Amino acid sequence: MLELSWLLIAIPLAGAALLLVWGKGADRFGHLIATAASAAAFVLGLIMFVELIGRGADDRSVTTSLGTWFEAGRFHVEFAFTFDQLSSLFVLLITGVGTLIHVYSIGYMAHDARRRRFFAYLNLFVAAMLTLVLAADYLVLFLGWEGVGLASFLLIGFWQHKETAAAAANKAFIMNRVGDLGMVIALMTMFATFGTTSIAAVNGAIDSASGSTATALGLLLLVGACGKSAQVPLQAWLLDAMEGPTPVSALIHAATMVTAGVYLVVRSAGIYDASEIARTVVVIVGLVTLLVGAWIGCAKDDIKKVLAGSTMSQIGYMMLAAGLGPAGYAFAIFHLLTHGFFKANMFLGAGSVMHAMDDDVDMRHYGALRRAMPITFVTFGLGYLAIIGFPGMSGFFSKDKIIEAALGYNTWIGLAAMIGAGVTAFYMTRLMMMTFFGEKRWRDEVHPHESPSVMTIPLIVLAAASVLGGALYLGGWITDWLEPIAGHAEHPHLPVPVIVVQLGVMAVVALGVAAGVWLYRRDVPDRAAADADVSIVTRAGRHEIYTNEVNGALVVLPVRYLTRLLVWLDARGIDGTVTGTADRIGEASQQLRRTQTGYVRSYALGIFGGALLVVLGLLAVTLA
Amino acid sequence: MTEYITLSFLLFTIGAVGVLVRRNAIVVFMCVELMLNATNLAFVSFARQHGNLDGQTAAFFVMVVAAAEVVIGLAIIVSIYRTRRSTSVDEANLLKA
Amino acid sequence: MMLTVLAVTPIIGALLVACWPGASGNPRLVKVLALAVSLITLVLAIVVAAQFDAAEGGYQFVEQREWIPAIGAHYALGLNGIGLTLVMLTTILSPIVILAAWGDRLPNPARTHTYFAWMLALEGLAIGVFAATDVFLFYLLFEATLVPLYFLIGAHGGVGRSYAAVKFLIYNLVGGLLMLASIVGLYALTTRAGESSFLHSELIGLDISAGTEKLLFLGFFIAFAVKAPMWPLHTWLPDAAASSTPSTAVLMVSIVDKIGTFAMIRWCLEIFPGASQWASPVVMVLAVISILYGALLAIGQDDIRRLIAFTSVSHFGFIVLGIFAFTTLSTSGATLYMFNHGLSTAVLFLVTGMLIARRGSASISEFGGVQKIAPVLAGILLIGGLSSLSLPGLAPFISEFMVLAGTFTVSIPLAVIAAFGIILAAVYILLMYKRTMTGPLRPGLDGIRELDGREFTALAPAVVLIIALGFVPGPLLSVINPSVEPVIAQVGAEDPVPPHPVDAASEGAHE
Repeated sequence: MLELSWLLIAIPLAGAALLLVWGKGADRFGHLIATAASAAAFVLGLIMFVELIGRGADDRSVTTSLGTWFEAGRFHVEFAFTFDQLSSLFVLLITGVGTLIHVYSIGYMAHDARRRRFFAYLNLFVAAMLTLVLAADYLVLFLGWEGVGLASFLLIGFWQHKETAAAAANKAFIMNRVGDLGMVIALMTMFATFGTTSIAAVNGAIDSASGSTATALGLLLLVGACGKSAQVPLQAWLLDAMEGPTPVSALIHAATMVTAGVYLVVRSAGIYDASEIARTVVVIVGLVTLLVGAWIGCAKDDIKKVLAGSTMSQIGYMMLAAGLGPAGYAFAIFHLLTHGFFKANMFLGAGSVMHAMDDDVDMRHYGALRRAMPITFVTFGLGYLAIIGFPGMSGFFSKDKIIEAALGYNTWIGLAAMIGAGVTAFYMTRLMMMTFFGEKRWRDEVHPHESPSVMTIPLIVLAAASVLGGALYLGGWITDWLEPIAGHAEHPHLPVPVIVVQLGVMAVVALGVAAGVWLYRRDVPDRAAADADVSIVTRAGRHEIYTNEVNGALVVLPVRYLTRLLVWLDARGIDGTVTGTADRIGEASQQLRRTQTGYVRSYALGIFGGALLVVLGLLAVTLA
Repeated sequence: MTEYITLSFLLFTIGAVGVLVRRNAIVVFMCVELMLNATNLAFVSFARQHGNLDGQTAAFFVMVVAAAEVVIGLAIIVSIYRTRRSTSVDEANLLKA
Repeated sequence: MMLTVLAVTPIIGALLVACWPGASGNPRLVKVLALAVSLITLVLAIVVAAQFDAAEGGYQFVEQREWIPAIGAHYALGLNGIGLTLVMLTTILSPIVILAAWGDRLPNPARTHTYFAWMLALEGLAIGVFAATDVFLFYLLFEATLVPLYFLIGAHGGVGRSYAAVKFLIYNLVGGLLMLASIVGLYALTTRAGESSFLHSELIGLDISAGTEKLLFLGFFIAFAVKAPMWPLHTWLPDAAASSTPSTAVLMVSIVDKIGTFAMIRWCLEIFPGASQWASPVVMVLAVISILYGALLAIGQDDIRRLIAFTSVSHFGFIVLGIFAFTTLSTSGATLYMFNHGLSTAVLFLVTGMLIARRGSASISEFGGVQKIAPVLAGILLIGGLSSLSLPGLAPFISEFMVLAGTFTVSIPLAVIAAFGIILAAVYILLMYKRTMTGPLRPGLDGIRELDGREFTALAPAVVLIIALGFVPGPLLSVINPSVEPVIAQVGAEDPVPPHPVDAASEGAHE
């Protein structure tokens, strides 16, 4: 069965192709085909996973090749897929959460005229994401990498008639291309250094290459990871990406695609193990993003943007963990999985709320929704408890482990990660208070109601997973499982006993929750205060710490002016030279034309003069 | 021999100067004929000097061409005269660029 | 004889179309006839490809007989893998182009038959150019392709067509003249060496002094750089593309311009290996400039056709870069790039042409929201655009990566700078897509129709090929690679050995 990893990809891909090619005829049942395709991939993945568990610990990586993709000279790329401990977990996450979101979307997109297309794109995404995680070659990984980028582009801009959606889709794609540049250069470096881009070969041979090569590769891959995972400085697209339909935000921009950067770092463990510098940069990027995301999450009123900021921040945790090397790889993946559950849960919950509020996303227009939408409230609440790290919930285990590992690496970084946990608790509490508690601030003619069961069932399943996800760490299972890939994790040497750290984290979280409850205990104004009236910290958070402005000033404007200058230069300078030459020749001809007077006798004079010259010339030559 | 050549040279020069200075088309035309005949004279005398018939042959060709030229040239002059009531070559400068 | 038949079939077809009794009064008959001829040619080309022995790197289907013994010119044809690739491109695109031109509104509808006749003539001449192995014959055909194209632009184009046609002609004639001078130089050299000859096989071994070689090389190279077109000799292309019908633009950019890059491999690299080595740093820098310059100018265009023309300047930069990096990977990639770019540009020009014909304007700012009423058209434009920005999974990605990776092993800075083109490509394509297809529907666009069956049929084969070759480029590469290797050997270059080679196969096995 394990040789069938290509089939995992082929099923949803076939679903997408079928839906797109069939056309309008499939409008009535297209969503069912797509959901079935995703579910089939999940079932297949599950069977394969069970078989993998049944195998011996050193026999759990199966690579199957579909043949050569392309080759020339020394270059050779196999279209090969690896099903191993790491990719199997991702396969389950992608197809599992993916299927739930397919189901949810049946209800969420029920009234959209282009629902079939939406499901086709979702299936395309699942196929591309599976390609990404199953690839045995960096170039095949890149195929999936760009495939998910395409799906993300199509889905962010799904409501194309909205200018903002189309602009957000473009922004996401183009910013990701900056990351892709890093990826492409990394791929070229691999080829130039090792003559191959096979993941196993490159990571296996990295020690034979110089340390600077490893550092260069690590940093270049990180650029790619930053683009895809919305890490500072390439994070600006993620908040805009919330223009897409909410299931898309849940699947692509929370649970799966944006975590691909973390996957890339863990998958390239060999490279990062070989370069201290690259790892340090990963830690710094993760830490900065963690704090920036949390900061933005505190300042936004748009429920999806709060969650998006939170996603950035949580991926920051994962990056941070991944940068810690073998001590953190497994925890990065652990947090990635639990985050996939609870964040998808909360995004879908937010979608359910928006569904009830006529697609209003402003939390200041919510309030007291706990009675109107009990299922959404309870499931969302469980996700909330998971993300803030309430003891026993999945997030408690996964985040705690990262903070411990960070403390073991460096006290200050550990403390900063701890503060991040407190801030997380604060903004999530704020979100809960503004949405589900307090007084009604509903707009007129909005009558919240619970969503249909096709939407609530996925919520319930995901809520259960958010609560129980911590089970992956039972007896240290996930670290053992991933050990062949991530390496052996030493227990971090902490300055204080583990229990103190855990209590400390809990205290910080409790503080954050308390602050959130206290500040938003009373009625929230249904209109946000003007920028001038809020503190500079809030203002910066609202404006996403001005990164859009910075990007605009440093990149967009210069390119725009350069383009205009070049257009002008091309017309005046280059084409001007060409047409100018033509004009000069034309003018010279005008001058020469004057010699044609029309007088026969002047022509005759010319003839005689010419003849005379020829004769004289001949004479000179013969006499000389 | 030199005399023949000198005569030929003089005739040619007279013809050339005539072409350049006279305005009347008919006179210009006659001057052209004069130049042609000057060359004919040169051809014939050189043929005689070298004892070679090539020059004579060339002279015959020139005569034939000259005859043809006279016919066409005069026809043109007559038609120009009919339309413009003038045979001045300076007035027929329609080909000016 | 196969190649002669292949090249002559469309030319006979052209004569038929032009002279068929009553052709001028019956455009429908003309179109059916032209399409039939182009399809027959395609079938012949497929027969040739089927008989082609891919593993053999040399010339096949060789025909050679004396033509003008006085100067040693031969009628010599032959195909290697590179030539076959381009012949296939030509014969695949011709029916597509003819089908797409079905509804073109020409300035003089009574001359429809000449429009299609010139297209067929161009197809035949282009096949001849790709097959010619005698430089004299090559030159003749090379210049002859200007004639149909001149009339296609000048007589059947749109606004500003005569200016564009004259500009196109003069630019290319000047380049051609320089090449003629070099050919005369080659003639003098072969004559001095013993027997005058223009045969490729004879010229390859010719002993030329370094200085002369450089001069002769420049004559050829500039002619091809105009044709390709490379910065700074590109300014004829945007004008010509903006003033011609979409089908003409495809023939021009996808096929005739490829003659430039194709000829760089066959005539510059193989005959002047020393001079090619000498010029390669400069040429590579010019190529990188072309890549970025073309991309930046594409961003700044409002006319869709000019935009696509500038993207082509950028893409031709990649092709030239790959050719002059002298690695098997990059040169094979460049050859594959020619094929892929031909398809991708054809889709872009044709689908935007259909869009422009519906609106009557080529200005991007006149569009908006078309996706809503014509989703299939928008989808095909998106696929064409994504292929132009080299999305993995579509054919051009593979060739672009091959070019970049091959270049990287020779010059890291140039490859890295060139790689910035992939960001700019995303910008120009997606901005164009966003402005034309998304957002609210602009007033005045309500009447825009979805693609009809004929238009869809014309585009579908190219789209299918683009996707298929993105995953399975093997058949093409297996033809190209064996023919590229001798070229690289002839230039005297060797693929750099990676400093820490890994045997990927064994690594994968014991993993």
